[in-house]
Amino acid sequence: MTTAPPLTRYADLPALIGLMTGDEKHQIAAESTREVLWVLYDRVLDVSPETAGDPDRDRFLLSKGHGPMPYYAVLAAKGFLDLATLRRWAGFDSPLGHHPDRVLVPGAEISSGSLGHGLGLGVGTALGLRAQGRTRPRVFVLMGDGELDEGSNHEAIAAAGRLGLDNLTAVVVDNASATHGWPGGIETRFAGEGWQARSAPGRDQSALYDALTAPHSGRPLAVVARVRPKG
Amino acid sequence: MTTAPPEAAAVVAQPMRDAFTDTVTAALETDPRLAVVLADISADRFTEAARRHPDRVLNLGIREQLMIGVAGGLALTGMRPVAHTFAPFLVERPFEQVKLDLVHQGAGAVLVSSGASYDGAHYGRTHMAPGDVALLDSLPGWTVHVPGHAAEVAPLLEEALRQDGNVYVRLSERGNAAARPIGPGLQTVRAGSGRSGGVVVAVGPMLDRVLAATEGLDVTVAYAATVRPFDREGLNGLAARAGQADVLVVEPYLEGTSAHEVAAALEDRRHRQRSLGVRRDGEVRGYGTPADHDRAHGLDTAGIAERARAFFLP
Repeated sequence: MTTAPPLTRYADLPALIGLMTGDEKHQIAAESTREVLWVLYDRVLDVSPETAGDPDRDRFLLSKGHGPMPYYAVLAAKGFLDLATLRRWAGFDSPLGHHPDRVLVPGAEISSGSLGHGLGLGVGTALGLRAQGRTRPRVFVLMGDGELDEGSNHEAIAAAGRLGLDNLTAVVVDNASATHGWPGGIETRFAGEGWQARSAPGRDQSALYDALTAPHSGRPLAVVARVRPKG
Repeated sequence: MTTAPPEAAAVVAQPMRDAFTDTVTAALETDPRLAVVLADISADRFTEAARRHPDRVLNLGIREQLMIGVAGGLALTGMRPVAHTFAPFLVERPFEQVKLDLVHQGAGAVLVSSGASYDGAHYGRTHMAPGDVALLDSLPGWTVHVPGHAAEVAPLLEEALRQDGNVYVRLSERGNAAARPIGPGLQTVRAGSGRSGGVVVAVGPMLDRVLAATEGLDVTVAYAATVRPFDREGLNGLAARAGQADVLVVEPYLEGTSAHEVAAALEDRRHRQRSLGVRRDGEVRGYGTPADHDRAHGLDTAGIAERARAFFLP
């Protein structure tokens, strides 16, 4: 029926988000996570709709479940979701709500919304892969700097560092939204616990790619992606 | 009518934590899916198992939120996680992780607590979690086992390890003189007559005290080592065969925890019901021994007997 070309490019993300919001000129600049999400799904993660059930796939865990429209848009661009599903955004019978539900969203590895749960789940996922001898798949967890306020993250950061989970990467999108801030920098919180810590401009896809693929043998990797402060 | 006070039943020491560590340690040898997640408590009991299976015996330190999160993550990769610590730190402290990292993810784990309501009486309120089953009752899909004897632990646990769902095993160091058939449904231990006053459901470690407390009363006594799912059909049948469809539930945790299950089981019958358990009306700010707390909550033989008689012989 539809003859329009599929929306599969980075430049198509505003149009895909527009299908959800009904706003064709959606101000995508408002979303702090779009480049990180795009670089991960376009260049870093080894996962596709065909391999979404493969135990050896890479895992992406969206811990910061707020504002998931860029996430849904990227999943649609990569074929996990169809356009009709985007149009039903946030309806009662839609799989897509304001916080993702892994039971409903094809391709979503976790359900999130309450902050501070993704990294613990990511540590468990990384440990489960290690226990099964699956050395290939990697686990990426996307968080926000405000989310780091939740104490549960610090249980996970300390344990992941000590356990040397080199199949785990935490990506912290830093838009300076933490009420009391992180004096000394977010990287130091991870580095002090034994992580390899990097930072990158959060809108620079090439720099993000380099940081996300930095070698981190024997230790987990933290990438702080800095974007313009919120507000 | 006067009756002599019943002879108090002895509460028998139960090495349930040993049964748990033995069962899980053995299962680690045969089930590659199994992983144990600890937060320091009982880690000393898994030293050898951790040496043999360093990737599947995971002591995270004193990090209970992470313990449940890790259990959820392990389950998402296809593992069967067992998480264990004292009841308040397993269910209450990381309750949102239980709600979200297990149930909401569609992930399953076996949570094994020790300490029950007040096995650690001398530790005080911080180490007591009489509300654990009531809290889990606010979430869908849980199987809850409350063994009354150490020998009941292994079969309940082995079944839990084979499944994929969420299972809570509530261990206590105190219980009954003999192991009983463990279900799945209610097990009749003493049958009342067709003119009996009703049915007493004794949960796990409460059985011997209930049997002593109801000696001489014409009631049916049924034993439950598994309380969720609750055997509604079985209770309805027992009530149908009793003279009165009146039900007394004696539980070792928060009073009335199963009252809604009894109400649902008997919704088609005129009935009375009464719940005995750990009192809700205030904290018992005492230390001492578990027996002291039994008396404070009316869960010793005398306290159960007095209230059973008041209920069945009004």
